Amino acid sequence: ITCLVMYLFAEFDDAANLLAANPDATTISIEEPVEIPKNQHSRLQEPGREEDDELLGTDDSDKTELLAGQKKSAPFWTFEYYQTFFDVDTYQVLDRIKGSVFPVPGKNFVRLYIRSNPDLYGPFWICATLVFTIAVSGNLSNFIIHLGKPTYHYVPEFRKVSIAATTIYAYAWLVPLALWGFLMWRNSKVMNIVSYSFLEIVCVYGYSLFIYIPTAILWIIPQKVVRWVLAVFSLCLSGSVLVMTFWPAVRDDNRRIAVATVATILLFHALLAVGCLAYFFDAPELDFPAPIIPAHNGTTVVTKSH
Amino acid sequence: FPGLADVSISQDIPVEGEITVPVGSHSPDEDYSTLDEPVKDTIMRDLKAVGKKFVHVMYPRKSSALLRDWDLWGPLVLCVSLALMLQGGSADSKDDGGPQFAEVFVIIWFGAVVITVNSKLLGGTISFFQSLCVLGYCVLPLTVAMLVCRLVLLAGAGTVSFIIRLIVVGAMFGWSTLASTAFLADSQPPNRKALVVYPIFLFYFVISWMILTFTPQ
Repeated sequence: ITCLVMYLFAEFDDAANLLAANPDATTISIEEPVEIPKNQHSRLQEPGREEDDELLGTDDSDKTELLAGQKKSAPFWTFEYYQTFFDVDTYQVLDRIKGSVFPVPGKNFVRLYIRSNPDLYGPFWICATLVFTIAVSGNLSNFIIHLGKPTYHYVPEFRKVSIAATTIYAYAWLVPLALWGFLMWRNSKVMNIVSYSFLEIVCVYGYSLFIYIPTAILWIIPQKVVRWVLAVFSLCLSGSVLVMTFWPAVRDDNRRIAVATVATILLFHALLAVGCLAYFFDAPELDFPAPIIPAHNGTTVVTKSH
Repeated sequence: FPGLADVSISQDIPVEGEITVPVGSHSPDEDYSTLDEPVKDTIMRDLKAVGKKFVHVMYPRKSSALLRDWDLWGPLVLCVSLALMLQGGSADSKDDGGPQFAEVFVIIWFGAVVITVNSKLLGGTISFFQSLCVLGYCVLPLTVAMLVCRLVLLAGAGTVSFIIRLIVVGAMFGWSTLASTAFLADSQPPNRKALVVYPIFLFYFVISWMILTFTPQ
């Protein structure tokens, strides 16, 4: 039972302080380092652990929580403080991207990949890439759609880059802020086992946007059906990452609030995808640049092929 | 001094040595000479430094001249000339046209600053202005590409000219990225090199895109 209490306490960020303050806990913590390797071994041997523990990440989060409490100790006006948010290697970033594109059912993205080391590199550069990918792909797709028309003159549409940048960065920062505020408010009313820090939420949102980059490139194809299938597909993938991350955090709350929260998360995500598709990519009113066939009386007939 | 009579120095420790300040290699006369020299010499010295760095960018070798004696004149000249050459794009309305002068300026300088801050946050050992200097100087191949594109567009704006422009811009984009990576990659921690190189790739890609999509009146 004391172990269970220890695991519960470990979910809070100031676990180290709690342990230091409580003399009883100190004696228990001496035993912990011996227990943790055993638990890790058992985790490896039984991959079929129940979903709760995996989603809570209780396997080795004690140690990482303790370490995390000591990591970000530099004052916020020094450069070293911000360096702690970029403490990732190449393979870690690639792993996190892979985890966001191939969500494993039942695995929590934050617990599995972030593990108390949220980084700002991924969210920032994924958003930057997405901004330019959407702007460039939209421009290319419009060019291809309007290619055959005699009155069409190509324009680079550079203003759309700033609009895309504002939209995507606002989404990647304001929605996590609102969600974090909401979760903190609910946490004060209902004791949730799982709580995320603001940076972890920003991290999840940033990495979940990665799937939209290849989607935006593929949206160049001027076919309505293809575009909508791609949109739904990428929405499912990134939406599932978000759902599996945030469901454990609201599960213990009032049922209706929990469902409403998850539904709102998905709704905003869908709005982003649909909004980008509608604004940056012109509707392909013709499937292919239509051949113009001069009719008998001189008027031109444009054939539509569906 | 009456107080010093009380100070006793132990007889065991010899107090001896030389109290001389080594004279610098240059005599005080040289400090005045840069003030007295002809203006042409002053300007030519800076121009030669900038020109030497241009040569280093076009033939990237592992030389430390670009890093050691950084200056921002070259990047400024390149940025302004690139932004000027990107003017005159056609547009029905201002919203649909190419980038304005201020937008190009901001993209280049703000982009370079962001990449520098990014590489320093990831643990790079290069200094802020050295990195800005390298990124700015490596815009030179793309400026040359812009010049070539404008000349090609004078001849016509058909498919052939587009293919020529695409090849030229693509080659110069590769050259810029490789040149800046050659200068900057060594100062990064080894397991984060790709994390630092990718934003540089994105930066030059955006500039190349602006150059490639330039359409005149």
